Amino acid sequence: MARTATAPGVPTTRLGKAAVEFDDRLIVAGPLRRTLNKVFPDHWSFLLGEIALYSFVILLISGTYLTFYYDAAMTEVVYEGTYAPMRGLEMTAAYESTLYLSFDVRGGLFIRQVHHWAALLFVAAIVVHLMRIFFTGAFRRPRETNWLIGIGLLLLSFAMGFTGYSLPDDLLSGTGLRIISAIILSIPVVGTWVHWAVFNGDYVGEEILGRLYIVHVLIVPAILLALIAVHLLLLVKQKHTQFPGPGRTEHNVVGNRLFPAFAGKAGGLFFIVFGVVAALGGLVQINPVWLWGPYNPAQVSAASQPDWYVMFLDGSTRLFPAWDINLPGNYTIPALFWPTVVLPGIIFTLMAAYPMIERKLTRDEASHHLLQRPRDVPVRTSLGMMALAFYVVLLISGGNDVIAEKFDISLNAMTWAGRIGLIIIPPLAYVLTYRICLGLQKHDREVLEHGLETGVIRRLPHGEFIEVHQPLGPVDEHGHGQLAYGGAPVPKRMNQVGGARRAIRGFFKPIEEPVQVEIEQRRDEHGLAAAESRELTTSGRPSDGGRPQEPRD
Amino acid sequence: MSTRDSAPGSAGGADVPGPLHGGPDDDYTPERLATMSREELDLLGARYDSVQVLHVDPAPEPGSPVEKAAVRQVALTFALAGLAAFAALVIYVGSGWFLPDWQWDITESGWSALFTPLIGALGGLSLTLVGVGMVLFTKKLLPHETAVQDKHDGSHFDRVTTGATLVGGLHNTGLARRKLITRSLVFMGSGVGLMLLMPLGGLIRNPNTGDPLGRTSWAEGVRLLRDDGSPIRPGDQQPGSLETVFPAVPGGNRESDAATMLIRLRPEQVSVDRPRGGQEDFGYGDYVAYSKICTHAGCPVSLYEQETSRILCPCHQSQFDVTRGALPVFGPATRPLPQLPITVDDEGFFVARSDYIEAVGPTYWNRERI
Repeated sequence: MARTATAPGVPTTRLGKAAVEFDDRLIVAGPLRRTLNKVFPDHWSFLLGEIALYSFVILLISGTYLTFYYDAAMTEVVYEGTYAPMRGLEMTAAYESTLYLSFDVRGGLFIRQVHHWAALLFVAAIVVHLMRIFFTGAFRRPRETNWLIGIGLLLLSFAMGFTGYSLPDDLLSGTGLRIISAIILSIPVVGTWVHWAVFNGDYVGEEILGRLYIVHVLIVPAILLALIAVHLLLLVKQKHTQFPGPGRTEHNVVGNRLFPAFAGKAGGLFFIVFGVVAALGGLVQINPVWLWGPYNPAQVSAASQPDWYVMFLDGSTRLFPAWDINLPGNYTIPALFWPTVVLPGIIFTLMAAYPMIERKLTRDEASHHLLQRPRDVPVRTSLGMMALAFYVVLLISGGNDVIAEKFDISLNAMTWAGRIGLIIIPPLAYVLTYRICLGLQKHDREVLEHGLETGVIRRLPHGEFIEVHQPLGPVDEHGHGQLAYGGAPVPKRMNQVGGARRAIRGFFKPIEEPVQVEIEQRRDEHGLAAAESRELTTSGRPSDGGRPQEPRD
Repeated sequence: MSTRDSAPGSAGGADVPGPLHGGPDDDYTPERLATMSREELDLLGARYDSVQVLHVDPAPEPGSPVEKAAVRQVALTFALAGLAAFAALVIYVGSGWFLPDWQWDITESGWSALFTPLIGALGGLSLTLVGVGMVLFTKKLLPHETAVQDKHDGSHFDRVTTGATLVGGLHNTGLARRKLITRSLVFMGSGVGLMLLMPLGGLIRNPNTGDPLGRTSWAEGVRLLRDDGSPIRPGDQQPGSLETVFPAVPGGNRESDAATMLIRLRPEQVSVDRPRGGQEDFGYGDYVAYSKICTHAGCPVSLYEQETSRILCPCHQSQFDVTRGALPVFGPATRPLPQLPITVDDEGFFVARSDYIEAVGPTYWNRERI
């Protein structure tokens, strides 16, 4: 590169020279600039997916640490470690290594709890992120592929959760594994064959923990990692969606460039997520396996519940009636099959297919990059709330024994409440959400047409009192606003349109000049100071049209 | 550009960049770029990435009280983060050195109970403050840009040219005409694909050989043992009590399907006891023995409420009535708990008269057939 070496603009600083050396070899300046210049829209709800991503990073780091100590062997050993109450007890090597990790490794318990909390947060963030995507219509063309990948990530995170909490081989995880075994057995025709393939024989066998372990630390994480990479790649390629607003169109993204503003905020969020998970991992005990004891097929503790994200399936299993289907030839489809295999199958198929279903029903084949407010798509929002209500009834039923005990309710009554609630609450949620959406839509139109309520009461010359309304834009001769609804939030209070001056900064004493703030606001046309000429006269009622206006001075 | 160069000593290709180089390097010579300021260059690059900076709220003026306050705030946050981090380090390293030992001790109070919470609290605080500091820095000390970037849909040019390359390449293979090759490819593909999956066949084992799901270790004459291995006589249990028993075989108390509940009925229960048809003689006196493995999902049914004669499974709340042959009376279970036929051997200890006469545990497809 003799040509650039003599050309003007050649860097003279050491860092600049190093950068040139670097780029001579790797040719990254172009792609790097494109990355740094990438614009990210600014909305809190876009951070939910990031929280999931950061939790995954924490999971990878903490999980790797755990593998240094964990031993997935099911050989029986006698515990001789630090935790006195368990000394002399027979247990599997897996459980012993979990105890060793918790009691004999400095900070091991902390990392284990961080891992568990991060796992809970990971799934939670995915679910909330999915809800955001659903309710704002971000899954619409061209993002159906990313929706499908997202559903795949959710399913894989379930698989990670299940395989992960089975590993300690304590009483709780063993009970969970026993139920999984029964679920596999319940599959018609092939159930027993699948069970023999998975467990290498009858429950529980010698192999299952080793197999779950490799699935948990290699197979599923590898697929997760690959899918996350594709998820992000597609996001970069297709660019972000954004909420409608000033200057925002289907063909642009308005926000901050990656560097430095977005990188600063995203990096900050990573550390906050990490910090919160670390604090939880240290301060809030989770899955104290030494209290459950080693797994014993003949023992179980009351209120054995899976982690929160599987609770809805536990709930469906509790609620489903005892309906074995006996087929001719003495074949049986066990009742357990429906709530644990068929129901999640239907739920996830419907979820995965939803973008296609909506496209078919609405015949909306266009590409969309602007998000929708949930109220503007009442049918989708109501469907979502209906699904959510269904889910919540199942979730609550997953802990119905605890609720029955704590609130002194009959357990059977809780089960029946769940069964009936599962049928009647979702449609109720649909109707209610639909009405709320319409109401919110109407109020938006009302404000656009008649202006904001100012709270200022004025007496007209003929004695009538009216509340003065502040139009949001130009008005026609009847005093009606001419702004059309554009899908963006409509201000509902005077302060949102600059009814008040922003507060002067400074905690103990002001650190800026009030006059400067006033000037700045006037320049930016914010606040009442800039709006002296605005009309504050009509009541906003249609009947005011054509009525003599108050003379302006 | 030529791929042939006959100059002596040449490797065969022209040693100058071809005319395809193009792009912004042709529009902006190094001389021209050297005349531009850093801000101009930044915006120029952004423009090439379809980004336009619409509006910038400047950062607080250097030296102004607003800036000073923000700097103090950010620096304090980072300093506190460092402080918390070092404190966490001191506790981690110092426990067992100049601080009390961190390891668990029987008292469950004192330093060992504080070690993990302290590490979590300080570590979490430190990391959270790092994050808060970064966010504060971005919000208070950086200029606030509003940038807009154009979205590009797929390019028609790209589609047409890529399509031409793909179709052209495929056409050259002649696979559309050469049917023999296509067919052999399909045959080969299925064969090789299956062959690669073949090793997974090692996972497949026949679950029906020897009926492992339908059998347990119980057999005629096998004693009923407690978890500690002691046998049981009819007089050992109070009426209304339940004892979990295991077959007297090696490892019997760890078997996943052999656990059995030996229940002594109260006199009023005996009077209403209606065992299942054909199993009236499975009990012994006022004793009955039922499988402990739930017929629903295989949890051990453990909670016996002798007042109502009900056994509750804590996993999914199936309830079985002990006086009606352990019939499920509520919840998702469909089948009664299998009953173990018991009697007393010549030494007066409980023994099984045979294995269970049906499969214990959860229902499966061909359960009724075996």
